[in-house]
Amino acid sequence: MPDIPMVQAIGVSKRFGHIEVLKAVDLTIPKGEVACLLGPSGAGKSTFLRCINHLEKINEGELLVDGEFVGYREHGGKLYELHERHIARKRREIGMVFQHFNLFPHMTALQNTIEAPIRVNGETKAEAKKRALELLHRVGLSDKVDSYPAELSGGQQQRVAIARALAMQPKLMLFDEPTSALDPELVGEVLDVMRGLAKSGMTMIVVTHEMGFAREVADSVVFMADGMVVETGSPAALFDNPQHERTRSFLSKVL
Amino acid sequence: MPADPSTSRSGSATSPGRLVRKTVPLRHPGRWAAVAIIALVFASLVASASANPNYQWNVVWHYLFSAPILTGLSHTVELTVGSMAIGIALGIVLAVMRLSPNPVISTAASVYIWVFRGIPVLVQLLFWYFLSALFPRLSIGIPFGPSLLSVDTNHVITQLTAAILGLGLSEGAYMAEIVRSGILSVSPGQNDAAKSLGMKGLLTMRRIVLPQALRIIIPPTGNETIGMLKNTSMVIVIAYTDLLTSVSLIYARTYETIPLLIVACIWYLAVTTVLMFVQSGIERRFGRGFMPRREPGRLARTRARLFNRSATAGATHVAGGGDA
Repeated sequence: MPDIPMVQAIGVSKRFGHIEVLKAVDLTIPKGEVACLLGPSGAGKSTFLRCINHLEKINEGELLVDGEFVGYREHGGKLYELHERHIARKRREIGMVFQHFNLFPHMTALQNTIEAPIRVNGETKAEAKKRALELLHRVGLSDKVDSYPAELSGGQQQRVAIARALAMQPKLMLFDEPTSALDPELVGEVLDVMRGLAKSGMTMIVVTHEMGFAREVADSVVFMADGMVVETGSPAALFDNPQHERTRSFLSKVL
Repeated sequence: MPADPSTSRSGSATSPGRLVRKTVPLRHPGRWAAVAIIALVFASLVASASANPNYQWNVVWHYLFSAPILTGLSHTVELTVGSMAIGIALGIVLAVMRLSPNPVISTAASVYIWVFRGIPVLVQLLFWYFLSALFPRLSIGIPFGPSLLSVDTNHVITQLTAAILGLGLSEGAYMAEIVRSGILSVSPGQNDAAKSLGMKGLLTMRRIVLPQALRIIIPPTGNETIGMLKNTSMVIVIAYTDLLTSVSLIYARTYETIPLLIVACIWYLAVTTVLMFVQSGIERRFGRGFMPRREPGRLARTRARLFNRSATAGATHVAGGGDA
């Protein structure tokens, strides 16, 4: 069915102890769209992203990816938490890129990229390697396949991280502030790769502070503050004609 | 013609304004004094070793490769390897248990570590050896229920098993803390990344966390292994024929105490040397991605350190000559 959204959040709440990080978040992201999550730090953007692939458990609400629960199964009106191996199976379809890259430091760029396809998907080394080399070429790192992460710049590491996530052939990519830890001059190379990925039709959810990127690439922009979705709209609508005071004051500071 | 500023500026290095002066490094007379004292102490040790007949070097030489000593040595190495194998395996299990979110599991590991770290190894060795006094028969079965398998304790607990149990089980408690610190040193982001790629807990531990933790775990484990080599000498209290026991059996008969203790020292030092080389090899293996590539081994590094000084001095000299 084409109308099933890639991600659908209905009343998602998340608490860390007594602190409410997400307060009944409703959000729908259709297939093939690029959504950028904007907002001040502490707004719950990254937490929401981590809930989507069940790195964080939600306390209330429903969170569906491609029409299915990620960490739970429904039975008799209740949601039962799944065993780790079932969650792992669902996570394979959701790629994630982190602010601090989180490459495996004891493996080369190529080894980082083929590890999960071989160990998780059971691919042969030859086929995993073939696709990994294609992906590393696509992110412009054909000459760095045998380099360890410590031998790469931040921008190169983040591009390897993107190739590593794509190697699992996910249907959804999550980006958690992918350029926030980079030197300003290295931001462009990572955004270029993401731009190319968006053009290829990948569904992407990007938590970012790069307003220029959001305006240019995003199909929809979501503004979050204090654990709530304040406003959602097309980049043009949200940037040029924000409806809420909170959005206006945030944009006036960052633009 | 009087020298004008323009010719002076375009002139060669010989012009007074551009004279390049040589630098004289600071002298360190204190270091030389220390070197002299060390040389003196070393010389007197050598002199005493060669002059003092009580060393009985001929006796040392006679026993160094004798059959009972070599048997004792092989028992010592076996004990070290066996106890460390148990210690490391147990340490990994206990460390993972201590990090478990389930309080019963983590408390059980803590209690184990408390007991086996708290009781002297010597006492533990004696305890295992005299286990039959507490349990004449060992049986496997259901508590308060029927027993499935039962054996005479004295058949199972020989000197060797008592020694390996005593040393290995207490080592497990120390290794648990070392492994735990190694696991905790791996950033939580590594777990996130592995999970997001669909890796399960055990796979993540085996492929991602432990290989990185090993970098932290190996140096203290090398320490523990060398410590274990020497701790095996404690099995003398249960009369297992390790290196020290073999030596003591001979000098109890011949009264050649000092030369035989020297034999033991030579072998302990020899094995320690081998272990140090093994450790530095393993450290380089697991330093992949953290160290500069193709870092030279210990020998090459020592060579570089010894000869680097003269090499630099030579270079300086050549440079100085060029300037002059």
